[in-house]
Amino acid sequence: MIAALVALIPTLGAFVPVLSDRAGRNICSISTGLISLTAFVLLMTLAPGVISGEEVGFRAAWIPELGLNFSFFVDGLGLFFASLILLMGLLVILYARFYLASADPMGRFYAFLLLFQGAMLGIVLSDNIILMLVFWELTSLSSFLLIGYWNHLPESRQGARMSLIVTGGGGLALIGGMLMLGSVAGTYELSEIIQRRDVVVSSPLFVPMLGLILIGAFTKSAQFPFHFWLPHAMAAPTPVSAYLHSATMVKAGIFLLARLWPVFAGTEMWFLVVSLAGLTTMVVGAWIAIFRDDLKALLAYSTVSHLGLITMLLGLGTRMAAVTAVLHILNHATFKAALFMSAGIVDHETHTRSIAKLGGLRKLMPITATLAIIASLAMAGIPLFNGFVSKEMMLEEASHTVYGGMPWLFPLLATLGALFSVAYSARLLHATFFGETRFPDAKHPPHDPPLGMWLPVAILVVPVIVFGLVPGLAEPIVRLTAAAVINGELPNFYLSLWHGVTPALVMSIIAVAGGLLLLAAYGPIEQMRQAAPRPEAKPAFERTVRAGAAGASGLTTFLHNNDLSRYMFVIVLAVAGLGAAAFFNTTHGGGTADMLGMSLPAMVGWLALLTACGVAVVRHHDRLLMLIVTAIAGLVVSLVFLQFSAPDLALTQISVEVVATILMLLALNLLPKSTPHETSAGLRAGHGVTALFSGVAVGALALSVLTRGYQTISDYHIAQAKPGGGGTNVVNVILVDFRGYDTYGEIIVLGIAALVIFALLDLGPKARQAAGAMARPLSSRSGEPHPIMLVVVTRVLLPLALTVGIFIFLRGHNMPGGGFISGIVVAIAFIMQYVASGYAWAHDRRRLDGQLMISAGILIAGATGVASWLFGSPFLTSTYDYFHIPLIGEVELASALAFDLGVFLVVVGTVLLSLSTISRAEAIGDEMEQAGTLPKPALGPEPAASQPAAPAPFARERQKEPV
Amino acid sequence: MELLVASGIGFLTATGIYLMMRRRTLPIVVGLTFLSYGVNLFLFTMGRLTIGAPPIYEGSNILYADPLPQALVLTAIVISFGMTALIVVLALRSFLDTGSDAAAIGPEDMVRDFGPEPRGNEW
Repeated sequence: MIAALVALIPTLGAFVPVLSDRAGRNICSISTGLISLTAFVLLMTLAPGVISGEEVGFRAAWIPELGLNFSFFVDGLGLFFASLILLMGLLVILYARFYLASADPMGRFYAFLLLFQGAMLGIVLSDNIILMLVFWELTSLSSFLLIGYWNHLPESRQGARMSLIVTGGGGLALIGGMLMLGSVAGTYELSEIIQRRDVVVSSPLFVPMLGLILIGAFTKSAQFPFHFWLPHAMAAPTPVSAYLHSATMVKAGIFLLARLWPVFAGTEMWFLVVSLAGLTTMVVGAWIAIFRDDLKALLAYSTVSHLGLITMLLGLGTRMAAVTAVLHILNHATFKAALFMSAGIVDHETHTRSIAKLGGLRKLMPITATLAIIASLAMAGIPLFNGFVSKEMMLEEASHTVYGGMPWLFPLLATLGALFSVAYSARLLHATFFGETRFPDAKHPPHDPPLGMWLPVAILVVPVIVFGLVPGLAEPIVRLTAAAVINGELPNFYLSLWHGVTPALVMSIIAVAGGLLLLAAYGPIEQMRQAAPRPEAKPAFERTVRAGAAGASGLTTFLHNNDLSRYMFVIVLAVAGLGAAAFFNTTHGGGTADMLGMSLPAMVGWLALLTACGVAVVRHHDRLLMLIVTAIAGLVVSLVFLQFSAPDLALTQISVEVVATILMLLALNLLPKSTPHETSAGLRAGHGVTALFSGVAVGALALSVLTRGYQTISDYHIAQAKPGGGGTNVVNVILVDFRGYDTYGEIIVLGIAALVIFALLDLGPKARQAAGAMARPLSSRSGEPHPIMLVVVTRVLLPLALTVGIFIFLRGHNMPGGGFISGIVVAIAFIMQYVASGYAWAHDRRRLDGQLMISAGILIAGATGVASWLFGSPFLTSTYDYFHIPLIGEVELASALAFDLGVFLVVVGTVLLSLSTISRAEAIGDEMEQAGTLPKPALGPEPAASQPAAPAPFARERQKEPV
Repeated sequence: MELLVASGIGFLTATGIYLMMRRRTLPIVVGLTFLSYGVNLFLFTMGRLTIGAPPIYEGSNILYADPLPQALVLTAIVISFGMTALIVVLALRSFLDTGSDAAAIGPEDMVRDFGPEPRGNEW
């Protein structure tokens, strides 16, 4: 549990500084420091167990089906990294208290820092690899937030984005690789994976798995060719650079390599790829660092180089190289963080980080200079400082490495890397602290900062000297950590300053001498370098990102040109293509079942349908004709239902057809009366062929189904309709009983549709003007808009129609009918009044409005369902009984009838609300004409059927459309 | 008979798809209606064709038309109506607001332009 708390306390404590920020800067930083300190104390309580070799950890199942457990374990490696993270964190918190300007929001800074700290601890303490991946992504995100902390500066934003893209992209690759690793190893727990080397190494997935994991590790640890993001991350405040980008986050990749060392080290691919990438990074990073003018940029490239050194050591795969890597992680963390903080102090005091503007600061800021000089000498690998010991051991390892049959390659390049690192360290020292005294702001000479700022540096310099003078003191830490990395027996070694005259010592001497010589010849070399072409990573990166964005945009614009016609074409083509692919890749043929004989009425109906479809396609420009043939097609469909034993469907279809046609005609009154010809003949042919193909395919599919036998799944419904549902109309019983929940959902959808229609036709002034202009004014209509015959007949018919509706409703449970059908019939009875007597007359006399009926219907249906709870049954369980009513006799009442009443009300409400809303829009013209405000716009009162309506806007539209 | 129904479904589908690829809203709505007819008939025929045997229970051991596809199609018809009403009103509203019933948006009518070039010189 404690292991989990160590990671969770900083993560969850991230909100503390945000809250304590208001209490002042000291309280804010102290509260932040206390959180880190708590985590550190907890970690230390685990240390004895780890040292004595116990299993220290915590495990709770999270989503075990996915292999995801909330599990942590602490071993030597985890303890080492976690201590490093927390101790460095404490120093950085102290340093940042004095570094941040009063204008910088401190709470936000510390919150991000703690978030990062928790995520980083999560990486090094997670046992489950999926959990580790989550923390891994969290470090990328918190690093993004910290680099972009000064979000008003463009370079901060650019640097943050670049690091997020590179490390986030690497994180994606890592997820792939780690999931492969987990599935190959058969466990997602790291502590178990590292025991299963044989299974992993012999897997056929080995190469892609290792490749993806390495991409993840290399991007995070800024290994060549992914090193370019790290220098741009230096736009972050210096405490961030010291913490994330030298001591901890960039070591996450290295931690991963160390963690997986027992599984992968020693394989050929590991050796060839990792050691070479590390070596290249070391040399290239050091070379670039020599020529940087910005202190932090120089240190950033130096960091890249040192990370390369550690990577190379891990890549060599020997146990001694692993020990050396651990020692160098420790050494680098101390001297490099000290140097970053010193650079921050210089920047803070002189307001510049440019080496060209600085010099001789040794006299003005002696404490800072002393600390920085010691740390720089360690970075250069000068004896008596800790960097020397690990560098010597590195050179020793490199000196007997044979890469690809070339025994000279590694010794030579490693010496070169060391030489360059002497050169940039010497340049940094010489230009900043020695020579002529220079600083940009003559009025404010720099001086040593307050104690709080240099104390962290001093604390870091202590191990630099101690481990440099007496390397043996670091040995227990290194042994504990390296044993965890190797996961086996440690090699026989001891850390000491003097090993005698070894090849490594010779290489070291060459490096120091060569480095100083190189610096002496700095001027000419820099000129040569400036003249030579050199690849710049940032523009190339930007070009890549832009090309990707342009490619994506191009594809999007091609597919997504805001023209629905194009979308439909693409979608239909895609579906048809999929269907065709499936069709031609299997065997198929017609069925063999007997077909029903054709009848003459069926032939007539078929001809009517064919004609309707043909007219709809060919003459669709005439919109009135199009609506008429649509209604004909609907009629034929309802006849088909009637013919083939589906009276409920036939009733529904024909009544819906009436309502839908009225609705479409009402809409047409406000819309242009014809469709312009605007599709080219070629495209029309393309559409035609596609549509024809789809029609043939669907027809053939239907035929092949129809000519095959099948096993119905409806026997249960038929058998249980009467005994279970209390009705003989099986379709209705299914709707209101067996599948009542579905029906309940559907009436809610219907109600929502009606309410949306109501809201959509709540027109604004501009749309009202347009509607007024489109609706034909009273004066242009026939002399008698509401013929007296029609008015009288519909009013007389109303009670009759309502009776029919109620009759259909009541018998619905046993005979064709029911809530849906009777709802539409009753709605039609009301709509007849609107049609005959006009909107205003009917509207004034209506008693129930649509919204009320829809809500009441849904409530009644819902209440019927809920009522069954009272009897201890599930939602919508139906019941029925027989009642004896005097005069009428035995009557059956089912609870489903109440449910059907809800359906009925919703349907009536929906139809009435939709149609009356449209009618109201139609009436706008009449109102305006009576009020004398009817506009006489270009649309004209008579957008006649012969002309495309409103030609002017269309003409403008055509010009606007993209080519 | 099966041949007539299957070919009818084909006519309805082809008509619906062709009309849905038009450039103005009303033909698209009508195309959707045709497609709904086709799809509803198709679903209905999954219960095969039966004449003179509506699923009104009169006793066991009698052949009935399959009630399940019928129940599905019945709600589908009503929902199709709701959908048609909604989009026809949507089309109407957009015509009244913009003066055009084209089912396409010109680039200058877009609220935001997601062009390839970033704003400013950030990259």
